[in-house]
Amino acid sequence: MKRMPSSFILVSLLVMLFLYLPVVILIGLSFNASTMGVAWKGFTFQWYEKLAMDRAILEATVNSVVIAFVSTGLALVLGVGTAIGLETRHGVQRAWVNMILLLPLVIPEILLGVSLLMVFVLCQVHLGFGTIIIGHMVFNLPLTIVIIRARLRKLDPAWEDSARDLGATSWDVLTRITLPLLRPAIWGAGLLGFTVSLDDFVVTFFVAGPGSTTLPLKVFSMIRTGMTPEVNALSAVMVVVSMLCVGLSWFLQQRSAPASSGSSYL
Amino acid sequence: MVGTGWVGFALPISSMLTNPFATSSAFPVRLSLVSTGLFLGLFFFLPLVLVFGVSLASRGLYGGISWIATWENYQRVFDPLVGVIFFRSLLLAGLTTLVCAVVAFPLAYCLARASRPWQLILLTLVMIPFWTNFLVRTYAWVLIFRADGILNSLLIRVGLLDEPLSLLFTDVSVFVGLVYGYLPFMVLPLVATIERISPQLEDAAFDLYASMGAMFRHVLLPLSTPGFLAGGVLVFIPTLGAFITPYLLGGGQNMMLGTFIQQEFLVARDWPFGSALSFGLMGSVLLLWFLLARTSVGKDPS
Repeated sequence: MKRMPSSFILVSLLVMLFLYLPVVILIGLSFNASTMGVAWKGFTFQWYEKLAMDRAILEATVNSVVIAFVSTGLALVLGVGTAIGLETRHGVQRAWVNMILLLPLVIPEILLGVSLLMVFVLCQVHLGFGTIIIGHMVFNLPLTIVIIRARLRKLDPAWEDSARDLGATSWDVLTRITLPLLRPAIWGAGLLGFTVSLDDFVVTFFVAGPGSTTLPLKVFSMIRTGMTPEVNALSAVMVVVSMLCVGLSWFLQQRSAPASSGSSYL
Repeated sequence: MVGTGWVGFALPISSMLTNPFATSSAFPVRLSLVSTGLFLGLFFFLPLVLVFGVSLASRGLYGGISWIATWENYQRVFDPLVGVIFFRSLLLAGLTTLVCAVVAFPLAYCLARASRPWQLILLTLVMIPFWTNFLVRTYAWVLIFRADGILNSLLIRVGLLDEPLSLLFTDVSVFVGLVYGYLPFMVLPLVATIERISPQLEDAAFDLYASMGAMFRHVLLPLSTPGFLAGGVLVFIPTLGAFITPYLLGGGQNMMLGTFIQQEFLVARDWPFGSALSFGLMGSVLLLWFLLARTSVGKDPS
């Protein structure tokens, strides 16, 4: 490292502050005893206690976890195979496949939400867990594929080639070479997909039905119907949980794949 | 595991999908390729096509769709009241993209040129908010901007203000929320681009007596263009259709396209008009995205 302009370092520090300060404020306020406003009235755990007692929030948590688990699981089952298939196919035009695969991840979520809602309503599909899981898979599947492909590209093809030279069938190569080598990336993609599904608001907002309230939907209605300090506590929990999941996912992908950067995500 | 319905659906198609280049793949690989294609076709592309179809239909008597073809929904897009919302969305998205680019570049440069352990730590720090709950992070700004929020009480305590300023539900609060929400989308592609620029080019510029400023203007910034392009599209597209930020920080007065579309669908129950708006948004998104694909960025996906 050399000749880093000091103004650049200053701006970087300010940007980091900008990114994290709101979250720190949010977590701080969740321990504030004051029922109204932000003036500090002493330290308390009472909002967390209230949270733990709230049945509706417990129910929403269970719903969110079930939906995240199923949608991530299905996305992994389809996504890992698809990623392997796309990487081994020489004829596939990579750039275009990439742009199309990334489309569900960049398109404004509201478009996914309203378009799915119309399909479901016109086909008279009952809105609920099923529709939310499908909605989450629309972004979870491409996400899984992108992450697994990034890992596949870093694998040495010699592993698979030598297995084939030693007489392994394509099934053997898949189950005994490729999949074991992919394991950290699969865990990483799974964790990330789980977090994104757990956190999703916009798509869920459109395709949820009565009785399938998820945690973000609950937070949204709590924010809308008058803010109690309970929302701060719930928000703080959600931020911390997703930060832990994302950090772990990132770590799992980095551990086995050194010398890469954030580019593997985009 | 994969639903039996999927398998039944996918089997005949996957057997069609054989040579010339599928022979090296194991059967489950081919199966998942086809299933993924079907899934995204059915639940991603088909719905988007449907949006276009409904945008040409008329609104039914009780909020449903009556299938009478009309251009009326698109004519309404040119209504001045709608135009204001379009203009605000474009302006805010453009401004957000610009500010993100300016602010993200120094950070991306530091990240790209940092030594290994630092790079990993900083990258993780930028990455984490990128995937953390967007709703909750935006809500944090409500706590800051509220009349009795952090910022007002701070300004009053310092003595800069006598009484609370209304900061929430303004274009400014939406703008800050958007920059905050989408900044990492700009940082990551820039880091990837700058990393690939050889530091020797910078040295060469200095050897030729370039000042720091001249080096940036003539070497680094031009070479970072692909990163700016990718980051710009990745910020501009989601901001243009943002929903959570304008809803929580803009309120009913400062609507953007996202909140307007939501209102047409869920409050006004005018699906054809909502679809026309959505298709307008979608068209601009697809155009930008495939223009990006034609540049070098799309050809060298990292």
